[in-house]
Amino acid sequence: MYNFDFEKPSTVADAVAALATEEAQPLGGGQTLLPTMKQRLASPSKLVSLTGIAEMKGVCKGDDGSVCIGGATNHATVASEAASQYPALAALAGGIGDPAVRNRGTIGGSLANNDPAACYPSAALASGATIVTNSRQIAADDYFQGMFTTALEEGEIITEVRFPVPEVANYQKFEQPASRFALVGVYVAKYADGVRVAVTGASESGVFRWTEAEAALSGNFSADAIDGLSVSADGMIGDLHGTGAYRAHLVKVLTKRAVAAAS
Amino acid sequence: MAKVSMTVNGKTVSGEVEGRTLLVDFLRSDLRLTGTHVGCDTSQCGACTVHVDGIAVKSCTMLAAEADGAHVATIEGQAAADGTLNALQQAFQDHHGLQCGFCTPGMVMAAADLLKNNPKPSEAEVRHHLEGNICRCTGYHNIVKAIMAASGQDVSQIAAE
Ligand SMILES: Cc1cc2nc3c(=O)[nH]c(=O)nc-3n(C[C@H](O)[C@H](O)[C@H](O)COP(=O)(O)OP(=O)(O)OC[C@H]3O[C@@H](n4cnc5c(N)ncnc54)[C@H](O)[C@@H]3O)c2cc1C
Ligand code: FES
Ligand code: FES
Repeated sequence: MYNFDFEKPSTVADAVAALATEEAQPLGGGQTLLPTMKQRLASPSKLVSLTGIAEMKGVCKGDDGSVCIGGATNHATVASEAASQYPALAALAGGIGDPAVRNRGTIGGSLANNDPAACYPSAALASGATIVTNSRQIAADDYFQGMFTTALEEGEIITEVRFPVPEVANYQKFEQPASRFALVGVYVAKYADGVRVAVTGASESGVFRWTEAEAALSGNFSADAIDGLSVSADGMIGDLHGTGAYRAHLVKVLTKRAVAAAS
Repeated sequence: MAKVSMTVNGKTVSGEVEGRTLLVDFLRSDLRLTGTHVGCDTSQCGACTVHVDGIAVKSCTMLAAEADGAHVATIEGQAAADGTLNALQQAFQDHHGLQCGFCTPGMVMAAADLLKNNPKPSEAEVRHHLEGNICRCTGYHNIVKAIMAASGQDVSQIAAE
């Protein structure tokens, strides 16, 4: 890893100021960024740690009933503190990686990285979450822009993520056992005004909504409702762990399992 | 270089580190606490597991600067001052929970983290908790057995798979 300057501010304003330097980058839990820097795939001149910023940590309930999670909140905290308000989201957080990864890795880091096989992007998209940054609020539908690509500008920090709480929801992760990421993951959330289905791990364009399934499930929230649908293998990730056709098949299987588990 | 100070196994220590110095390198190279191992250096194997402010972390994936001011616990602080092993370490010995021993410091620290929050885990909970700790020798079975035994549970019925 190339050397860099390190700063650990205690407010969002100081972090934004520290990030104004060229080639400066925020550091969340470091569970993705440090391995990437060891491989020399990233070489920032300065890391600005966000873990000392108290206002960016913790889980709370918003005035509109949504769950608000500070951008620097680690996965283990979400798994325990969001469990009563939004159990499906807490269960997803509790299934990320392993205990040590969950003790360091943060929701802001996961959403900023937008790994095509990460878990949180599917929850944010299926819940119609709002990504709050130091300068604006971004709807999940506008935020995810393809593998490792998001609406974030250089130096912009995710300070909070707000999840409207659904009537029922469930996340099904088909785990790739070596990496512990999702080979495919499907998050289904049922709201009063309809069902949202978001798929991670499968597409070369990153997390996406399976709109045909959403339409079918909004009319009839049962696993049989999507029997007649199929997912095309076009644009699906194919690698040594599974072909595009295999992943496409898993999308439907996992969606059915998620609906069955949620209803 | 920046100065960091922290409490390691109850002792206050300090040193000069670069931004990129990993916590594991500070422990091993600066403090000469070489019980914490580096198995992969890619965040996969858990051999480097230590506790920072009471929670388990992979010290190969945390900067030393991030641990400034923290309380760090490593394998060296687990036994009593006279060398008497703690209950968990003793259980690893009694139940043959190690062969080459390379993964063992990380296993013991991960298990201690589990037992702190869940004093009587089920076998499935133990296995789930060890997902981030890789052992290439034992096949895990005796590690699970040792942890169950250390939690005071009867392990005579746990059959080898
Ligand atoms: C062994 C292992 C298994 C894993 N398994 C899974 C899994 O099953 N599912 C899963 O989803 N993930 C998994 N991960 C990834 C893990 O969840 C990471 O914690 C996460 O992807 C990144 O979060 P972080 O806080 O560590 O971010 P960092 O590594 O610190 O940063 C990642 C990127 O986000 C930026 N960033 C960080 N915080 C912010 C912020 N608040 N605002 C803006 N930008 C920010 C950084 O600059 C960097 O570009 C795994 C990781 C490991 C090592
Ligand atoms: S050496 Fe840290 S996880 Fe393997
Ligand atoms: S005892 Fe050899 S790696 Fe676990």
